[in-house]
Amino acid sequence: MNLMEKLEILTDAAKYDVACTSSGVNRPGMPGKLGNAVKAGICHSFAADGRCISLLKVLMSNDCAFDCSYCVNRVSQDVKRASFTPEELCRLTIEFYRRNYIEGLFLSSAVVKNPDYTCELMLQTLRMLREKENFWGYVHVKAIPGADPVLTEKLGFYADRMSVNIELPSQKSLKLLAPQKSKEKILAPMGQIRDGIKENATDIVRYKAAPRFVPAGQSTQMIIGATPESDWQILNLTEGLYKKYSLKRVFFSAYMPVVEHRNLPAKTTPPPLLREHRLYQADWLLRFYGFEAREILDDDHPDFDPALDPKCNWAVHHMECFPIEVNRAPYEMLLRVPGIGVKSAMRIRSARRCAQLDFDGLKKLGVVLKRARYFITCKGKSISPLPMDNPAVIAGAIRERGFSQTPIGAPEQLSLFDPTPRDKVQCLTGQI
Amino acid sequence: MIMQIIYRYDGSFPGFLCCVAQCFFDKSLPAGIEPLDEPQATLFPLREVETDPALAARLERSITGRISRQAWGMVQQGFLTCMEEKEMRLLRFILLGYKVGPQVVRLSTNRDVHAMDKALLYLKNEAHYHVEFLRFTDYGEFLGAVITPNNTVLPLIAPHFCERFNTENFMIYEKTHQMGFLHQRGGRREFFQADSIQFPELLQEEKGFRALWRAYYETAAVEGRVNPKLRRGHMPMRYWPNMTEFQKD
Ligand code: SF4
Repeated sequence: MNLMEKLEILTDAAKYDVACTSSGVNRPGMPGKLGNAVKAGICHSFAADGRCISLLKVLMSNDCAFDCSYCVNRVSQDVKRASFTPEELCRLTIEFYRRNYIEGLFLSSAVVKNPDYTCELMLQTLRMLREKENFWGYVHVKAIPGADPVLTEKLGFYADRMSVNIELPSQKSLKLLAPQKSKEKILAPMGQIRDGIKENATDIVRYKAAPRFVPAGQSTQMIIGATPESDWQILNLTEGLYKKYSLKRVFFSAYMPVVEHRNLPAKTTPPPLLREHRLYQADWLLRFYGFEAREILDDDHPDFDPALDPKCNWAVHHMECFPIEVNRAPYEMLLRVPGIGVKSAMRIRSARRCAQLDFDGLKKLGVVLKRARYFITCKGKSISPLPMDNPAVIAGAIRERGFSQTPIGAPEQLSLFDPTPRDKVQCLTGQI
Repeated sequence: MIMQIIYRYDGSFPGFLCCVAQCFFDKSLPAGIEPLDEPQATLFPLREVETDPALAARLERSITGRISRQAWGMVQQGFLTCMEEKEMRLLRFILLGYKVGPQVVRLSTNRDVHAMDKALLYLKNEAHYHVEFLRFTDYGEFLGAVITPNNTVLPLIAPHFCERFNTENFMIYEKTHQMGFLHQRGGRREFFQADSIQFPELLQEEKGFRALWRAYYETAAVEGRVNPKLRRGHMPMRYWPNMTEFQKD
């Protein structure tokens, strides 16, 4: 099989993986080495689906020995199999990188023979890339659950970021759909990487030349919509992962039905993109807005409102907290006002030290008054056109308009990642 | 007071600074400032302002000293932008700076300062687009790239590529402004002017990697999620013609 065919097969098999960011680490160039890494990450192209292409994202091999039912590469599926040799993959990475096509390599793999053997192959590739080719760019590698911890650790010293896919949001679903995997097998490397990063941080304090272990941190992703978990369960799990495993990011991937299986949604089911989008919005609230998962959803409201983003949803259910006076309210409350983002909240905080703010001033600071007006006062005045004692009315007013006509997959639904001129550089990777 | 006169200069940054100095000597604003190679389309009398590097250097010291280092940076970068009537705006910005001091950089309600803020943001964003979307071709002896930005981004992006590709010989040609940058393995680097550049034929091996990249690009998109609007939002079509993934060999 020629390289072109391999590349096509192994790209196709890797593309449902969502994370492609090259962010999290600053590594200045070094004379004699090819490349560097910048903290915010750099996108190099955008595919027809509008997603950023930053890394060469491929599988080492799709020749899998496992049989996860949601996966096209499972052993019982009849697909073309291909594997890169470490030399081929190394060459591709270097040649693409030199031409400024990519920021680096994102390497993951199906389980070839067994987890250890797979890990060895990946290790060979990375070692060649770093030591023989002097590659100094970004590398994201996926740990293989069930592999010898010694191998996982070695991978970590060549990589900038590591991830272990949690795959499905519950143990039960895993058992049902990925019989060879288990929560324990997935969480073991995750814990190992977390501890490795911690330990490494103290080593680096002690002696500067200590090799860096996964300097850009670890992330994970899970498939949404293949199994019956509620949004509440998923968000709760997400919060737990951030807390327990100090993850940098949790990614969600709307399930694209690629195989027919009795335990899976029918092949005609569209991927739940809106749900995925709501989860990212909620994830944002957890990471940057000081929310806790149980404030966003709970047992009585286990799923997102399709027409209202989670922040607005929280606000209309807590009208007793509003309106707040912009000139006095604590920063944490400003953050909770629909229409006020992290940036505008910070600007308000610094601007109000010098002068009392009015509505005109707020607009200049980037506040979206169309939404915020129901929740704030300025110098005691309100410009809400509606009485504020009826949450249902306000919910109706800030509902995402024309939502029902919007076909799934329309650009608005990814607006979280749309660049505004000012935020372009920081936000390209969907990561601040 | 505004004089009915147009300054013409050689189009260089020091040349522009000499126009600013000239304006001080004349004690009034010209009606316009234009590079020499601009076609003449005015009835106003012209004055050719000569470029004097020593005078330009004096102006630099004066602006950094009497206004601020930051204001000087804005003038320098402002000169790289494609802002309309760039020279006059920069001139008025400098004059305003002499009047109000360092705070001039924050007077965004002023027409000229506002226009400069906007132009500088555009410059910065366009430079970043080129860090992302610039594509090299391997010609065997060196890597070559052609870009066609609206702003002069080359001075802004060159350091990034020098750091990243310190192991390579490369050349970037900014066709819009007929300006190039050359980097040699081991450190030599220089900017140069050239009306056009003739690149060698594509090598067989290069064709191979270009095809592989295109295949990768095509395959990476998830069919169920095709979203042309989002793609254009992130990657303006203006830049596509210079990108390998949209070219045919
Ligand atoms: S281990 Fe499971 S999910 Fe991974 S490639 Fe094999 S079958 Fe697919």
